[in-house]
Parts: sequence; C-alpha cells; structure tokens
Amino acid sequence: MKAATAPAVAAFHVTKKFPGVIANEDVTFDVRVGEVHALLGENGAGKTTLSNILTGLYRPDEGWMEVAGIAVDFQSPRDAIHAGIGMVHQHFRLIPTFSVAENIALGTGHDPVGGRFDLKMIEERVVEISESFDLPVDPRAKIWQLSVGEQQRVEIIKVLYRDARVLIFDEPTAVLSPLESERLGATLQTMARSGRSIVFISHKLGEVASIADRVTVLRHGRSVQTTSENDVSALASLMVGRDVESVTRSSRAIAESSSRVGAVVLEIENLHAVGDRGLKALEGVSLDVRSGEIVGVAGVAGNGQRELVEILAGLRRAGSGSIRVEGESLENGSTRHPIRLGVSYVPQDRMGTGLAPDLTIAENMALKNFRRPPVARPPFIRQSVIDAQGRDLMEQFDVRAPSETTPTRRLSGGNVQKVLLAREMSGDPRVLVIASPSQGLDVGAVATVHRLLIDAAESGVGVLLVSEDLDEVLALSNRIAVMYEGRILDTFDRADADAQRIGLLMGGQLDVSA
Amino acid sequence: MSRFGFRLEPRSYLPKWLPWAVPVGSFLAALLVGAIVLFATGQNALSVYGRILDRAFLSEGAFTGTLISATPLLFTGLCAAVAFRIGFFNIGGEGQFVMGAIFGSGIALKLGVDAPGIVSVAAMVVFGAVGGGLWGLIPGILKARFRTNEIITSLMLNYVAAVIATYLIFDSNSFWRELTGSGAVFPKGKILPTGSWWPNLDFGSIVVPFGFVLGMVIAAWLYVLQRKTRFGFEMRVVGGAPTTARYAGMKPARIVVAVAALSGALAGIGGAADIGNFRHVLDPKGLQQSGFGYAGIVVAALARLNPVAVVFVAVLLGGITNAGYALRGPDFPSGLVGVLQGLILFCTLGGEVLARYRITRSVRTPMNASALESA
Repeated sequence: MKAATAPAVAAFHVTKKFPGVIANEDVTFDVRVGEVHALLGENGAGKTTLSNILTGLYRPDEGWMEVAGIAVDFQSPRDAIHAGIGMVHQHFRLIPTFSVAENIALGTGHDPVGGRFDLKMIEERVVEISESFDLPVDPRAKIWQLSVGEQQRVEIIKVLYRDARVLIFDEPTAVLSPLESERLGATLQTMARSGRSIVFISHKLGEVASIADRVTVLRHGRSVQTTSENDVSALASLMVGRDVESVTRSSRAIAESSSRVGAVVLEIENLHAVGDRGLKALEGVSLDVRSGEIVGVAGVAGNGQRELVEILAGLRRAGSGSIRVEGESLENGSTRHPIRLGVSYVPQDRMGTGLAPDLTIAENMALKNFRRPPVARPPFIRQSVIDAQGRDLMEQFDVRAPSETTPTRRLSGGNVQKVLLAREMSGDPRVLVIASPSQGLDVGAVATVHRLLIDAAESGVGVLLVSEDLDEVLALSNRIAVMYEGRILDTFDRADADAQRIGLLMGGQLDVSA
Repeated sequence: MSRFGFRLEPRSYLPKWLPWAVPVGSFLAALLVGAIVLFATGQNALSVYGRILDRAFLSEGAFTGTLISATPLLFTGLCAAVAFRIGFFNIGGEGQFVMGAIFGSGIALKLGVDAPGIVSVAAMVVFGAVGGGLWGLIPGILKARFRTNEIITSLMLNYVAAVIATYLIFDSNSFWRELTGSGAVFPKGKILPTGSWWPNLDFGSIVVPFGFVLGMVIAAWLYVLQRKTRFGFEMRVVGGAPTTARYAGMKPARIVVAVAALSGALAGIGGAADIGNFRHVLDPKGLQQSGFGYAGIVVAALARLNPVAVVFVAVLLGGITNAGYALRGPDFPSGLVGVLQGLILFCTLGGEVLARYRITRSVRTPMNASALESA
C-alpha cells in the first residue's frame, strides 16, 4: 500500500483537443481512497472525454495523471486496467450468447478462447464478488436472458474481478428504474467503504447529492469546482453557471413576438410511450405549440426528448395519448400522415435519418414532395423539376456546394443542416419540430440556423425546439418546457425563466427546498 | 492494417470516369492473371484469347451461339441487379430460375398442341414470372416481417427448387414427366409442343432468340423504372438510407417485398425463356449444371447493377461461355473456362473496393504509434 494520503487517482491540468473542439481544458481533480466522487455536468461538458482519459482510451494533450501518488502515462486501456482503473460503460460490452462467467473471464487470461479455462473457479469467484457487494446474478445465465439491470451488475462484477481499485461509472442510472438506481447507489457506497474509489458520472442532481461524498463540476470542458456540497440548488447553479440576461435574442424581441402568437397548431395530450429498452420513456407529456411561437424543450439528453420528437414524426408509436395538428388527430406510427398535415421534422441524426447521403442535394430536397405534382407526373418523376427546385432552394437557403447534383454526403455540417431546413421549411409547414439544431455546427452556421428558426416562427409556423443546449433554448424560445424522466416538469414564459430554476428542473428537482 | 504501413481511406471525391474505368480495368487485370494461369497450364494465352474472341463473336454463327448463352445470364443478371440495388441480397436467382422453368413448361404442356403459338409463348412468360416471383417473395416477406437474412433464405430455397424439379422428373409420375416410349425406361420430361417453342428472329447472319429480345426490352423498362418513376426514386432512397426512407413517409418493408417479387419474376422469365427458346423440356440436371442464377450475380456486379449494362455484360460472359464449349478438348480442360470467369469476378469485386477507397501510407498518430510499441 502506497502512502495512504495520496489520492487513488488524480488528473492535473488535463487538456484534450479534438479537431474544432476543446473537450477538456485544464481539468484538475482527484479521487480519494474510499470515496464516491461525482463528475457533474451537462451534455458536452467533457465528462466522457475525461473518463476516457482516465481509462487510457485517450492520451491528454497536456497535463498528467497520478495513480496512488505515482505519475502514470497510459498508452492503452490495458495500462489503465493494470493500474487498477476499471470502467462500467453506459453501453454494455457483453456477448449475448455467452454466460455471465464466460463474459467476465474474457480477456483476463482465463480466456475461454485462449485456453486455460477453469469455469468452475471463475464461477466461484463471481459468486463471491456478487455476494460481498450485493450484486445478485447467476454466473451460468446467458447474457441475453438478463434484464438491463442484471447486465449492468455483470459489467460491475467484470471490473471487480479484475481487482480494480478505482471504478468509473458512466451515467449508470440512465438505463435503470428508480428502484434499481437506489440500490445501485447503496452498492457504490458499499464498494467505497471496502476501500475502493468510485467515480460517478451523472447529470442528475438528486442522485449526485445523495450518493457522492464530493462533487467535481465540469462546464464547457473545464473543471469549475470540487465541492462536498450536497445542496442541490447550489450544485444546479454550478452546473448551469450562467446568467439569464446574457442571451442573444433580446428579451424584448421575444416578448414582442410573444404578443403576436396565434392559434394552437400542435396539441400534445397525455402522451405515454416506452423507449427502445422497454422502459417508460414518456409518462404523460402534454404540451401546446401555437402558431408563430417557438417552444423550447430543455432537458438533459435521454429524458424522453428523442421519443417525443420521433412520435411526432411517426417514426415511433405512442402507447397512449393524443396529438392533434390544427385540430386533426395524428395517426399513430404513420410517417406519411404528419407530412400531409404539415408537420416538418429536422432530426438530430441529420445524415442517418434526415438525408439519403448518396442522393444529390436536389433529390434530398425533394424527399417529401416527390409524390405530388409538380415534381411528380404519376407514375413518373421529373428530374428537371427536382433539379430546378434544388437550385432555387440552394440559393434561397444559401447552401454552399458545387451544384445541386452534389451528393449530400460531401457537404459540411452547416450545409447539411441548411439542406434539411430548406426542405422542411418549404412547402408551407404548420409545425416545425427540430432536435438539437446547432449540435456540431460552427458559430456562423449556428447563427444562420437560429435566424431561420426565428423567420419560420415569424411567418406563422409553430416551432418545437428540442435542445440540450440551454443557451440555445433561452436564446430563441417564447416559452420553455423542461423535461425530466419522461415528464414535463414545468412550462413557463421566457420572461419568467430563471436559469437556476431550469437547472434544478433539468436535474429532476421540482423546487429549491427539495 | 496500419501495422503494415498501408490503409484504405474512403474516397471523398469520385471522378466521373472512375465508376466505368474500374470494371474495365478489373476485366483487363483478370485477363492478365488468366494469362498467367494459362501459361502455367501450358497454353499460349494470346492464342487462347484470340480463339475465344473468334469463337464468341467473329466466326460464322458464333454470335448467335453467344446470344443463346447470354439469354439466361441476362435475366438472372437483371434479377440480381434490381434486388442488390435496394440492398436486398437475393442469392436465390438460381431457384427462381428453376421455378420459372417449372411453371413455364407446365403451362405450355397444359395448353398443348392446339393453342396458338402466341398464346403459349405469352402464357409461358407470365407463368415463368409468377413462378419465380413467388419464389422471390418468400425471402422478401421473411425479411420484411421477421428481419431474416435474405442471403441465407434465398440461398436455401435454391436447393428446395432443385429438389422439386428433380422430384417432378425422377421421383414421381408428374404431369411434367414423359411416361411413354423411352421415357418409360429412362426418366425425362415431356417435350413441349412445337407451337410453344419461342421464335428466333432472323437477321441474316445473326439469329436472335426471342428471349434475348424480351430481356433487352425488360432491361430498358427497368432502367426507366429506376431512373424516372416515383417507385424508382423510393428504391434509391430505401437502398441507400432505409431510416431516411421511413422518415420521408415511405414504407421500406413494402418496397423490399415488391422488389423481391420483381427480382424473382425476372429470373423466372429467364427460366421460361431457357425452356421455351432452347431446351423445350424440363431438364433438372441440365438446369443444375448450368448455374445461371449464380452467374447472374457476377453479371450484375460487373454491370454495377445498371440494367442496361447488364445486357452488354451478359453478352460478354455469354461469349466466354460459348467459346468455352468450342475450346474444350483433350488439351483444354473445361474447368479453365470456369477459372477465367472466377478471375473476372474476383478482380471486379476487388476493383470495387478501389473505386470506393484509396490506398494510402498510414500516418501514425502519436497514440497509435505508442499503442503499437507497447503491444
């Protein structure tokens, strides 16, 4: 045992840059032996990059790390494992057809592929670990038979089996039910008390406050502060850390436009749905959007926003509830009906869902009107009309590309978004649903996209803006709704918005006293 | 891969000539490698290629023979091309071809000697399409409904079709089987009434089988379907981006089923044409030996899935096959023709990689380099 006072693991002045982005800048933090240390921050604050550095996946461009007081330079994830650092990933890395014990043994030297395989001994070890940390799991069960919660336990045991002293959990509760989350919290504290150190990555304020001994808050890639604060409102303002008045679209402009909003164009009532993993994703969402206004849905990713917009576009079926567009009820699970009713949708996954990368810009712009004249002269389509329409829209929306016949896969992120907006805003939409409109765009493109959204609202479209970027929501919205765990916790006018309160709501805290 | 200092890098820009230069270059490369093989087996490559050219295209009646060999390849090539275009990997052209042959010969026998020729021929086309189409529909529906892998289901159905054909002629007293005369002793199929034999169009020195003409018309129709119609537009979106297709209000599952049936129908017409134009009898062994369904995949790949190009590639490979018959002899094993065809496929598919990627010296990033050193 090294000096007991040295932190189990520590990072000093770590900076990591990617082309165009500084993911971590001058981050310093340390994890003591026997503590649960939370990394708190919004999406894109640099939590995942930092954990990838700690586990040897990335090397920092600047700064250094120490394990138990000794400087280390991890060349690969294997080095980190040797140093006793293990990671429990958000997306499990298990082989579904292998048993629990086989998955745990993989890559440890008792490798079933590499020979020297004593399954009985491995199973005994697994049982031993699972009993001492209250992680019940049957070592002989096949992974595909297990629930998500059980699979996560296998991931945890896998790390413990390798004698990790520092365990990093990347958003571990994202896939768990509230009860499972509570139980996991107790397990983390048990592990800490046994002399291990836990790094707990989360954006959920309540969890962080109740489980963590200390919290390091990351914001825009920087470590803002390390604190043993467990007051959620103090943590909220550290995480959000911004001033409501410092936004771009002036409050006056928003107030002015708010006075011009018209009739309700989109009515969402008591919407329920399950997500991909079969867990509840939406639990009674109700929301109205009126003509001429921008309604911003704020919230940390994974709280049901994706499911909500996909249901509006017909890409996902709702369990119950109703959606009406200008009074007409939307067919559940039809992608053509919303198009007919004038619901435009700009998805977050622009290339994968919004565009056909091998088709030309003009063809992509015709994706939603190729069925009707003038583009179609059934059963034919008129390529010349498609191309002419493409040229017009390219000019109107300032898409920069060699020509309208350029495949969209060759476009930059900003131009991709402009192609999408051009298609979705032409053809007289009533409602525009847009998810993370400025994600991955440079500053200039962001400004253009924001300008287009404001134009759309001013022309009478009801805009539903779903974004994890609170600045963006504050800058554009007439009204703001905050989503957390499948519910809209509160909705308020932009004028009444208070960053700290939004931060609390995003972290699941209904009021400051909670 | 980076360990060897080379890696494949996706091309960001494709020059206009590249998609055409690559298959031509691949074909030439195949000839070059083929020359080595020929040299190794004691053949004079130049004279062999000369003889292939002569027997395939130049000498008296050679081109007619080439078109006869090309006709089934034309249909199975279209079958693969249209399905692969939407990412439905129909390997079942073989079985769909056989089912087309069974249905086509069945209706011709049923209509008998009294039916007018034009009725018999038209009925064979329709029934061939239905037989192959149904056989193609099975993997299509399975894929759309249960997401089964169409490569496996369509491939397995080839064996089922082959066994059905064998059963009809060898293991049962079916309607297709000749039970009188020598047929009572040696199992064989009934000969189709001559009225149902498909015509050959005579252009003096070249005789063009009706099946080939039909195939050309269908190829042109497919080209228009894919390039000019709404359905073709949807096919292109579904093929490249199924999620986007759904998002844009299309129904990818329906399109997959429709194209699977269309693809099977094309091979089925090929089967009917094979019987109507050439064999005039359901001949399970002959069908199995020719392997037209699999050769069609080669045709489609060489034609880069373009239906019009399929016509030319079918003629090219038909010529090589046709010349192969002529070349075969005591000093030229028939397997060598197969080797040449295999080399062409290998080089084409290899060339396809070069069309999409380019080979670069890998620049080791600091992290890669250190990971290698520590490994």
